[in-house]
Amino acid sequence: MLKYSRQGTVLTVMLEGELDQNSSQVVREELDNLIEDTRIRHLTLDMRNLTFMDSSGIGVIIGRYRTLARRGGGVSVTGESAHIRRVMKLTGLYTILDNGRGEASSL
Amino acid sequence: MNIRKNHMRLCFDSKSANESFARVAVSAFMSQLSPTLEEINDVKTAVSEAVTNAIVHGYKDESGEVVIDASLWDDGRVIIDVSDTGCGIDDISQAMTPFFTSQPEMERAGMGFAVMQTFMDDVRVTSRPGQGTSVFMVKRVKGSAK
Repeated sequence: MLKYSRQGTVLTVMLEGELDQNSSQVVREELDNLIEDTRIRHLTLDMRNLTFMDSSGIGVIIGRYRTLARRGGGVSVTGESAHIRRVMKLTGLYTILDNGRGEASSL
Repeated sequence: MNIRKNHMRLCFDSKSANESFARVAVSAFMSQLSPTLEEINDVKTAVSEAVTNAIVHGYKDESGEVVIDASLWDDGRVIIDVSDTGCGIDDISQAMTPFFTSQPEMERAGMGFAVMQTFMDDVRVTSRPGQGTSVFMVKRVKGSAK
């Protein structure tokens, strides 16, 4: 089960371990259950304990972004490792994240 | 002429649960070249993408075997070949186009080959429809101890 906390319309979820094609199926389902409540508009993914992510994780993030963008919200990430940042930067993910502009310009 | 220092072959069922095992096994094998943490992560990510492609696209979640051949060379190269005997790729250049995915409903980002090409020094794909696909990748390990 994913650890999470909620403050108003913002849901913060802790991602732990490795996010690949195998684990992404469970993470996707759990995130979708958590954001089922339509009052949630912003999702923050805390990646400080995420040790590995490939492009399967990018698909998970983009899918949740689409759901929340329809509500006028979005997704941000925090605590990502340098390598995960490279994967996300390569795929252009920072351009759609809430923290996109600052992160992208500093890289 | 370059000399091959070591070689290993890994064969495993096309199950997503083996993705982690595959990338960790290859990264442990290449540790003989004293790579940096960044180089290890580069190879782990590229292997993960290639193995995922074999399982998800090559076999489309049907049973089959994925084979990884990895070799270490005296000039610091690690050469990795990830192959399957799955359905093959009809149009390789289309498959390698960033953001192209044959399974949009699966939320695939379509960035697997782009990730491989970014993190490895050379990536070549050969495929025959109905017979399988081989992804040949080279990483030049500069390493921390050299």
